[in-house]
Amino acid sequence: MKRNTLISSSLAAIAFLALFQTSCRPKSPGSVSVGDAASKVYVAPGEHDEFYNIVSGGFNGQISVVGLPSGRVLKILPVFSVFPENGYGYSEESKPMLNTSHGFVPWDDLHHIAISTTKGEHDGRWAFANANNTPRIARVDLTTFETAEILEIPNSAGNHSSPFITENTEYVIAGTRFSVPMGDDAQRDVPINTYKENFKGTISFVKVGDDGTMDIAFQLVTPGVNFDLARAGKGKSHGWFFFSCYNTEQAYSLLEVNASQKDKDFIMAVNWKKAEEYIKAGKGKKVKAKYAHNKLDHKTHITTSTIKEDVLQLDIRDFDDLVYMIPCPKSPHGCDVDPTGEYIVGSGKLAAMIPVFSFTKLMTAIENSDFEGEYDGLSVVKYESALHGIVEKPGLGPLHTEFDGKGNAYTSMFVSSEVVKWNISSLEVMDRVPTYYSVGHLMIPGGCTAKPHGKYLVAYNKITKDRYLPTGPELCHSAQLFDISGDKMKLLLDFPTIGEPHYAEAIPASLIKEKSVKIFKIEDNQHPQAVKSPADARVVREGNVVRVYLTSIRSHFSPDNIEGIKVGDEVYFHVTNMEQDWDVPHGFAIKGADNAETLIMPGATQTLKWMPKRVGIYPFYCTDFCSALHQEMQGYIRVSPKGSAVPIKYSLDGEEGK
Amino acid sequence: MKTLSYLILLSSVCILFFFACAGQDQTANVSSSTEPAGAGQSAVQDDESQRNVVQVAVSSPDHTTLVTAVQAAGLVDVLSNAGPFTVFAPVNGAFDALPEGTVESLLQPENKAKLQDILEYHVFVGVIQETMFKDGRQFNQVNLKNVTLGKSGEQLTVNGANITGVVRASNGVVYIIDKVLLPE
Repeated sequence: MKRNTLISSSLAAIAFLALFQTSCRPKSPGSVSVGDAASKVYVAPGEHDEFYNIVSGGFNGQISVVGLPSGRVLKILPVFSVFPENGYGYSEESKPMLNTSHGFVPWDDLHHIAISTTKGEHDGRWAFANANNTPRIARVDLTTFETAEILEIPNSAGNHSSPFITENTEYVIAGTRFSVPMGDDAQRDVPINTYKENFKGTISFVKVGDDGTMDIAFQLVTPGVNFDLARAGKGKSHGWFFFSCYNTEQAYSLLEVNASQKDKDFIMAVNWKKAEEYIKAGKGKKVKAKYAHNKLDHKTHITTSTIKEDVLQLDIRDFDDLVYMIPCPKSPHGCDVDPTGEYIVGSGKLAAMIPVFSFTKLMTAIENSDFEGEYDGLSVVKYESALHGIVEKPGLGPLHTEFDGKGNAYTSMFVSSEVVKWNISSLEVMDRVPTYYSVGHLMIPGGCTAKPHGKYLVAYNKITKDRYLPTGPELCHSAQLFDISGDKMKLLLDFPTIGEPHYAEAIPASLIKEKSVKIFKIEDNQHPQAVKSPADARVVREGNVVRVYLTSIRSHFSPDNIEGIKVGDEVYFHVTNMEQDWDVPHGFAIKGADNAETLIMPGATQTLKWMPKRVGIYPFYCTDFCSALHQEMQGYIRVSPKGSAVPIKYSLDGEEGK
Repeated sequence: MKTLSYLILLSSVCILFFFACAGQDQTANVSSSTEPAGAGQSAVQDDESQRNVVQVAVSSPDHTTLVTAVQAAGLVDVLSNAGPFTVFAPVNGAFDALPEGTVESLLQPENKAKLQDILEYHVFVGVIQETMFKDGRQFNQVNLKNVTLGKSGEQLTVNGANITGVVRASNGVVYIIDKVLLPE
């Protein structure tokens, strides 16, 4: 065996490697022209960034809000994961937001962002995000930068092909990665090897109301493939939706081999206007399904969770004009539609080429029944008939494509670790830049819309290794910002990110910043336990439930001395922040609470539950540095033994409440 | 003899880094517009991790031709990537068995695309374990052409080339083979 020779000479090789590496590393960060790049990302003190970059956090279940071009992190916005920093998922008001048909789920994996559009252009109303693990879609309100709504998706598992939207945000979609058993008894006990007979995929079309409220309009039941990514048609292709599918082999084990057997998988083209017609005509079948719909009421600051019981389904195989399959090489990942709506770019992640399909040719092929056969009863359009052309040898491992609105496309190449710019009509490669390292998603502001804002491109990389000061085995994920205003891409900035960014979008600051809410008006606060005047602050016992109606204003709580609480009580602190001043939140925390703090925005009320377990004196305090006397903003609670006769008593500065 | 191997090894490593520094562009004729702000992944200094598939090849005196070819094709950074990769690695003798002048010709810059096509025919994105060798099983390689695996008794083959050794790497697996695989 040659193995021994290989191993024996490895040491020598490593020594040589080290020797030559040193000589080839650049002497400074700056083979880029540093001064020029620095001035392009420099945002002077007090100045604002040009774009809000809404970035998925992947396995942290959060969104980070980043300014571009500076790369400065402006906010971490919790969506699917609890956030002890502000009490999201810990306060009584926010817990229902993480309710599901499986009960309270404190974490998820957030992959993709979709900023709402009107006529295909960013309108700055909402950002949608998907939960991959326990399938859900969230809607974030871009006036408050809060998670306003979460809708669970039934008959789905691995909600990866989501939350892409139609041109006017009529629908946000959710395509399942894992196919699963379906029907009224979807949760039935079946052997895994009955996959072909029992397992099906779904695409959910979630209707978005004028106020943003989400509701599943219908689900399309599909063959048991894996859906990966998707984009809606726009302009001429408005009314259609395109989904990349892999594992058309319908394997259920060792997918890395068994789902890569075929030369081609599919892009599934869905005529959703037609699906709407069938639903209107009563062709939908109501199927039992249990899923949660959670919505925040801005007037009360309370989230309500409702469990829904059924969903309307259309089996796509029952209709011959709803869905067409377009063959696409090698387990397509990205499925991106250019700003005109004419071109659909499939990125076969294992292919060293990029097929580009033409919507016009696809329509002609469908009209002429130019099919090469069927897949599970669905018409398969002839590959060549739908193909606009192929970008030959663009790089290795194409994943995702964004557009600059000037006729160019930019594709991320994971394996060859680069971004490749190519011309959509000529399919010629125009430019390529390396990324550090192994780029996953990439993003151009508005790059997925009908009207890209262009100017910059951000590469979100999967591998960081030596890019920054090392921090042990676990590293942040790196991102690189490029200037794409000229013919050639120019690297401007290399910056760390939060969590594991997958897709992101960026929107001009001007579309959002004037609408940003500064305070909640206290007179509009309809929280049932809100206290609008310190005179109404009180402590009320209802059996073993004690409700503490607290106010906070610089720099005290009212009341701040509380007695009569007993071991075994269930105590609710309803804290109202009386401030009506921008950027003056108050926090609340109490010793020993097996909970988080809560951070209350001006004019809002939030509730923290506390179950005192031991007798003693318990201090509480404001956790947000609110004022010069923040350190004085504190109080005491006396906890007496179970069965004690100490009555409820509360006071501020010796003034006892009644 | 041993000295000779190490000399070859030394020169191959020199060439490797000459190429790694000289150009990061690969695959197409459009060169990078931004000067690299750092070398690619092959230059990451890391002596703790297991060797990757490139380092495995570089460390073998029997694979100097392959290493030279990988450098000339600009695939060093690619194969230092997360992959994972299955690399079928022909020994020097396999290249020697090609018609005279073939290797020299492939190493000419104008034949870079052809060289890439051949080398990419030796790479699968994914790890093919020895247990996954089934007679006639096909895998689609990076250049989009299929190879056919074979198993006869204990002997594993790919397109009829014998697998004479297997080395695990941090980002995949290297199968040592006795013939160069030529895409049809």
